[in-house]
Amino acid sequence: MEFMKNGKRIDDRLPNELRPVKFEVGVLERADGSCYVEHGRNKVIAAVYGPRAVHPRHLQEANRAIIRYRYNMASFSVEERKRPGPDRRSIEISKVSREAIDPVIIKEFYPRSTIDIFVEILQADAGTRSAGINAASVALADAGVPMRGLISSCAVGKVDDTVVLDLVKEEDNYGQADMPIAMDVRTGEVTLLQMDGHLTLEEFEQALELAKTGCARIAEMQREALIQKYRGEENE
Amino acid sequence: MNDVIAEIRKDYIYGLAKRSERADGRAFDEYRPIQVEVGFIDKAEGSARVRIGNTQVLVGVKLQPGEPFADSPETGVIITNVELVPLASPSFEPGPPNEKAIELARVVDRGVRESGAIDLSQLTLPDGKVWLIFIDVHVLDYDGNLIDASALGALAALINAKMPSERYGYGPDAALPIKEYPIAVTAVDLDGEIMLDPSLDEETIASSRLTVISGLQGTLAGMQKSGTGTLSVDEIVRVVKLAGSKAMQIRDDLFGGSTNG
Repeated sequence: MEFMKNGKRIDDRLPNELRPVKFEVGVLERADGSCYVEHGRNKVIAAVYGPRAVHPRHLQEANRAIIRYRYNMASFSVEERKRPGPDRRSIEISKVSREAIDPVIIKEFYPRSTIDIFVEILQADAGTRSAGINAASVALADAGVPMRGLISSCAVGKVDDTVVLDLVKEEDNYGQADMPIAMDVRTGEVTLLQMDGHLTLEEFEQALELAKTGCARIAEMQREALIQKYRGEENE
Repeated sequence: MNDVIAEIRKDYIYGLAKRSERADGRAFDEYRPIQVEVGFIDKAEGSARVRIGNTQVLVGVKLQPGEPFADSPETGVIITNVELVPLASPSFEPGPPNEKAIELARVVDRGVRESGAIDLSQLTLPDGKVWLIFIDVHVLDYDGNLIDASALGALAALINAKMPSERYGYGPDAALPIKEYPIAVTAVDLDGEIMLDPSLDEETIASSRLTVISGLQGTLAGMQKSGTGTLSVDEIVRVVKLAGSKAMQIRDDLFGGSTNG
């Protein structure tokens, strides 16, 4: 399969171009905070509940809130039906995503409580963990959870020996490398980093730089989406 | 349950780090002694017992003929599992694999798979079946840095493994087609000091760690950050470079002769 033609990718994007991304804040009635994200063909919704009481109680911490993160794929979100419920992949993604978001939450404000983050992947087309983290970050802000910053995430990778930003499914499946990253763009702190495939050291450094620009653009959109919502409420 | 560490011990280790020292006297880029013993389990097709300092894992590789995945009928199958058995640490509990075990298994699996350590296209069998390779990591003693020990054990056990063709009537037994020697190197960052092969104390204190898996030519095959701490881009690049050269050294020491051909 040929991935690069005349400097363009299979979906006509440039190597350093993100897919179209859309954020919608506060889309769920019952959740304390929520966010819907469309990232290319990915459709992801995140909800935040809390701070609230911890069940089971033995999980609570005396001096801070605990963070729980559940990444879950709908059975119809992928080509071949996925068996419902957590599999090993979603358990790992839930763990690294929680660790990606955790550093910016000011947990000390809410001892003995939990902040629960639920991410549902409604449609998947590569980059769902990133889209989930982006949605979760905005949903946390929407819930009024005190945070030091927003976490923004995107994937970089390699197809046809070219380092590219934000892989689609075909590029992810048949490409040479995939590297999801999450960071607090304001401080430059990286909170999630995974990689699989083949990268030389030079390609890796190039990929890191590209990821930074991708995350910066996501961060702008997250901020804009939040401002939009709350500016709207002021005018009502 | 998490491993608990006394505040005073924490201060001690941070204090040492400031003076470029570690509690066990190692240099920051120095591993504890590594020991690899292969063929420890006769019943397995391949096995390896790896010790890094006091950390000890036993990896068994089992092979059996089975159905390939529908979307890749011409390739063998790798299935990796990790058991954090309660005998290995007071903080391990019985029960189904927790997220720590699952993450560990998946990182080890990606190292083997993405580096192309085994030529999976050579694992087809005449009757349309393929070899299923089960890599099972049994942690025996947890004193830090399970990832590097498990990845090393998986590689050594795979090199040690024989395809049991005779037992299933496919002709003579043969070694697995090993194409690449992925080595995992894990680092923690304590107050800006990067330490390789973290001990249990160092690993428990550090808010995050980064594992880098690289191959013969220094090509990166896998990476995983773990933990709630953050890393700067500069730190990441430093770790990646350091891990690459350390991996070369470990590979040469352990597999020196066999990697040349």
